[in-house]
Amino acid sequence: MADTAVGATTEPEHGADPSRRDFIYIATIAAAAGAGASLVWPFVDQMNPSADTLALASTEFDLTKVADGQQVTLKWRGKPLFVRNRTKAEIAAAVKDDTAALKDPQTDAERVKPGKAQWLVLIGSCTHLGCVPTFGGGDYGGWFCPCHGSHYDTSGRIRKGPAPKNLAVPEYAFLSDTKVKIG
Amino acid sequence: MSGHSTYEPKTGFERWLDARLPIVRLGYDSFVDYPTPRNLNYWWTFGGILSLCLASQLITGIILVMHYTPSADHAFASVEHIMRDVNYGWLIRYMHSNGASMFFIAVYIHMFRGLYYGSYKAPREVLWILGCVIYLLMMATAFMGYVLPWGQMSFHGAVVITNLFGALPIVGESITTWLWGGFAVDNATLNRFFSLHYLLPFMIAGVVILHIWALHVVGQNNPTGVEPKSKADTLPFTPYATVKDGFAMSVFLILFAFFVFYMPNALGHADNYIPANPLVTPSHIVPEWYFLPFYAILRAVPDKLMGVLAMFGAIGCLFALPWLDTSKVRSMRYRPTAQMYFVIFVVACIILGFCGAKLPDDQVIPHVTTFKFIDADLNSFVWLSRIATLYYFGFFLVILPILGLKETPLPVPDSIASPALSPAEKG
Repeated sequence: MADTAVGATTEPEHGADPSRRDFIYIATIAAAAGAGASLVWPFVDQMNPSADTLALASTEFDLTKVADGQQVTLKWRGKPLFVRNRTKAEIAAAVKDDTAALKDPQTDAERVKPGKAQWLVLIGSCTHLGCVPTFGGGDYGGWFCPCHGSHYDTSGRIRKGPAPKNLAVPEYAFLSDTKVKIG
Repeated sequence: MSGHSTYEPKTGFERWLDARLPIVRLGYDSFVDYPTPRNLNYWWTFGGILSLCLASQLITGIILVMHYTPSADHAFASVEHIMRDVNYGWLIRYMHSNGASMFFIAVYIHMFRGLYYGSYKAPREVLWILGCVIYLLMMATAFMGYVLPWGQMSFHGAVVITNLFGALPIVGESITTWLWGGFAVDNATLNRFFSLHYLLPFMIAGVVILHIWALHVVGQNNPTGVEPKSKADTLPFTPYATVKDGFAMSVFLILFAFFVFYMPNALGHADNYIPANPLVTPSHIVPEWYFLPFYAILRAVPDKLMGVLAMFGAIGCLFALPWLDTSKVRSMRYRPTAQMYFVIFVVACIILGFCGAKLPDDQVIPHVTTFKFIDADLNSFVWLSRIATLYYFGFFLVILPILGLKETPLPVPDSIASPALSPAEKG
């Protein structure tokens, strides 16, 4: 463009109406930004779980395989799942601690199905950084995470250590007295 | 530093090319005629060593990919196939895995050099920040590369590190699911890590070019921290720096070869020779040695989110460093008080690395029980790492800002050349 200071009157105006040109600029930029933004989503969303991963999200399990006081670990959604047949003493210890100072307060009854207090179903992934806690260690007779020292009680509630939450109870339902559907 | 070019094309072809793509001129101006401060010591040779490391990692990596299978079912077996069946596969894999360690040894020396001699100070802030970006990219690349063999340690290391993002409030869970591409670290995760592990080194190479570009605009710092003022302060890059760097690289390659040929697994963890099993966690998860200080900082904080923030903050401090150090004197050679705090800082970093390798509840001095404080015995590695973490942040956020204003530095020489020349010659 020519120097505007030289002859403001001699230079003929290119656009008859400069505001119309501004409108075209803004509209073009807006359209490009909109198209760009909508194109981002497919590239972000492709990272989310794919359809086949989501399809494998539920499983059925026969509880007769788990004896009294025993725990079975199965793989569900790529993570370990603990199905524990709790002893009377374990249940009693868990219920007694309902009133203790809990980091993530929950009663034992909220973590099991009504009338099925012996069955505790947990996602076996420490709520700190996802290691697999082992049963029988720690200060509360429940699970202990060896990686960073989180102690869980017999209800799988966090009692001590860096984990912020109780061991998660997945969505599950009793299909019969001996069969559960998880997920 | 970027004065006018003294390159003179000698052959007809060079003249023809120079008029069309002056790439030989660029190389000549950057690596032959380029003036370097005459007093550079061997701490300055790690830049060259780092380019060697990057080249070595790129070449060996591209070759390994020709034999590796990025699949949860076959990854572990394909690495064993490389080790046993591929011609010289063992050599190339060991060069790649130990090369990563060599890369970090060199980068840590390079960074501590920068810290000591104030290489981050004006006008080199952008140069320093680009270096920090390279370091971050290196960390991401090394982490993702470590996951690829799909052994127990690498698998569960990936579980722990990706779970860090779960510490974020509200969005944490969806972000981890998004990172995993499923409900846990699985095949989808392995595949994207593989893709990114291939991509990031080229991004590193890109930022390295910017880093060198920035270096050539502002010129190299030097042990006195005084900018070159006359021709007497500098020497041409070739042959002086070239030969010196060549010698240092040879020595470095001897160390590299020693690891590759005599103790190739010394820097790795034995558990990574067990195929990944999502149902069993190794009793003690440790990252590779170069991440141990940050791992110790993570574990030093008894809260998950705060631990994660402290760990990232430890790297964040490096980015802010040019504005945290208030001293007018650049090189710590003339800052005796700062020197002392710097030495403690290096020791604190080493202690953190040591703590990161230990179980947090283990005792530092065996069989001595002191009293409990917060959630652990004072005589434990978690408390030792807490103290070292405090010093780490204290050094950046308290000591450097205050010290720069309070200390009395030694007299700084007028020029690089003046301490070497007699007063008469100085004229």
